[in-house]
This record gives sequence, C-alpha cells and structure tokens, in this order.
Amino acid sequence: MLLISCPWCGPRDETEYHYGGQAHVPYPETPADLTDEQWAEYVFYRDNPKGHFAERWMHSLGCRRWFNVLRDTVSYDVLAVYRLDEPRPELPTLRDLHQTAEAAGGNR
Amino acid sequence: MAEPTIDAGAGPVALRRSPLAHLAERMRAAAVTGARGVTLTEWPFLTMVNLRVAPASEAAARIEKTLRTPLPRECGRTTTSGPHTVAWLGPDEWLVLSQAESTAVTAELRAALGGDPGSVVDVSANRTTLELSGPAARQVLEKGCPLDLHPRSFAPGRAVSTTVGPVAVLLWQVDDTPTYRLFPRSSFADYLARWLLDAMSEYRGPVNVIEC
Repeated sequence: MLLISCPWCGPRDETEYHYGGQAHVPYPETPADLTDEQWAEYVFYRDNPKGHFAERWMHSLGCRRWFNVLRDTVSYDVLAVYRLDEPRPELPTLRDLHQTAEAAGGNR
Repeated sequence: MAEPTIDAGAGPVALRRSPLAHLAERMRAAAVTGARGVTLTEWPFLTMVNLRVAPASEAAARIEKTLRTPLPRECGRTTTSGPHTVAWLGPDEWLVLSQAESTAVTAELRAALGGDPGSVVDVSANRTTLELSGPAARQVLEKGCPLDLHPRSFAPGRAVSTTVGPVAVLLWQVDDTPTYRLFPRSSFADYLARWLLDAMSEYRGPVNVIEC
C-alpha cells in the first residue's frame, strides 16, 4: 500500500486515490498538422522508465483534485508530490547517485 | 396496489422516506450500553448545500458574512455559527450542513454569491446522516477507516472525506464521547449502516481478558 501525501489533504492511503497515467504530456501545438503516427504517439505511447516517473493522481475520495507525484518505479518510493501548476522538482536520479559514488571510488 | 394519493396540503415533503427508514428498528435494537457502549442512529433530511467559490474572492467574503462564520481554509476544519456548520471539501469547495430549511439556506447563499463565478447547490438528498456515538465508537470506526482517529490527530470539530469500509463518507467528529457523524451517499447508506451494525455487534458480548 502506497502512502501518498495529497497537496491539500496530507498523507492518505493509496485506496483513496485514482491513478491518472504519465504527467507532463502536452497537447500538440499544431494538432491539424500531425500525421496518424504522431497522433498515435501522443494518444497511446507513454514512457515506462525504470526509476523516477512523474505521474498524475487524483484524490477521488477526498478533495477530488488532480496533482502530480514523482514516484520511483523500482522501489515504489513516493519521492515528491506537487500541484499541477508547479514544475517537476529536480531530484538526483539513481544513475546520478551511482556515478557520484563511482567517481568517489565507491561501489566496487 | 394503488399509489398513495398526495395530500393536497402536505405536499411532496410528507411523502419522502429517508434512505435508512427500513433499518431504524434494527439500529435501535443494536444499541450497546455501558463502558463499551455504542449507538447508531440516522438523522434524516438534514440540510446540505454544496458551495463552490474562489476562496480569495469578494463573493466568498459575502458568503462568510451571510453565514456569520469564516469558510474553513484547511482540510479537516469546520466552522460553526448558529444552525450552520461548514465543512471543508476542497480548496474551493465546502459543504454547508444546517438545521435550517434547505430552500431558505440555498436562496440566501445564492443571493450572496450573486453573479460571480461559483455554485450553490442544494444536495440534501445526496447524502444521509448516520450518528455513531459511545465509548466504543472509535473502535468500531477503526475497523474500516484508514485515518488515524486517535485524539492526537483527530478531535471534535474536525471533518474529513475518507472511507469507512469500502464506502466513501464525510466523517465529522462532533464531541468527546466520542460522537461521529458519517455522511454517506444515500445509495450506499444501507450497506454502510449494515456494515456498522455488524461492527458494533461484538461490543454487546462479555469482555474476555486474556491473561498473559
């Protein structure tokens, strides 16, 4: 069970939320000029990263607001929660941490 | 069977049935008294008005003046004035619970909103009110509520939208008995009432103390 902090209601169980897929997928600027393949990319194709993933959630059984969650798809850690009008927070990724450790002579 | 004819004087209000009228007798019979006491009752036909307005707007200020109480600006908070209690539902959404007559409250709030962006909707029939009270009330709720209801984090005067069992409710703690009021949707009320009756049943039995 994930414990997600709603930006308005605070920490609540995952069961109170509704998942909304990948965040930051902008509507095409010139939709009329898109080919079928580009439309398919926009509508159906989503990232599936191993690591940090920004996704949308809705507090459907609470305040019924959408917001964004930065979650680690490996450990399921909820790394950050931010409102729709806030930018994605910059967090060091696993790879960055790994490289830092290697540069310091660690991870051998 | 013939439909009952509407009495010309009483109007449709005389014909309404509360969502839990059929369980009133079972709820009375399920009451537990004593140190582990807990009771369940329905408060039918409470006035509820859903209010949406930008919290920093002039319309919000006018509505606060009409209600004679500020609108709560934080999750879980309620404010009370006379017959009205305002519960926070969202950053720009409130539920006005009132003992006053629903058309009057709705008309007053709608006049205060004026032509500004927002909405005032009478949702009295959307939910019903269940009151769970007694020393064991918190233990009954804790069987199916994911929130921490311990006094350190939940207290009288707080109301939050959450779940009890699988049912979405607005949960409002009224006093230290503790007494809680649960506001489920009318169509889920039957299930929730039966769920609570089942959860309450163990408290009428003898206390078994396991010696360790």
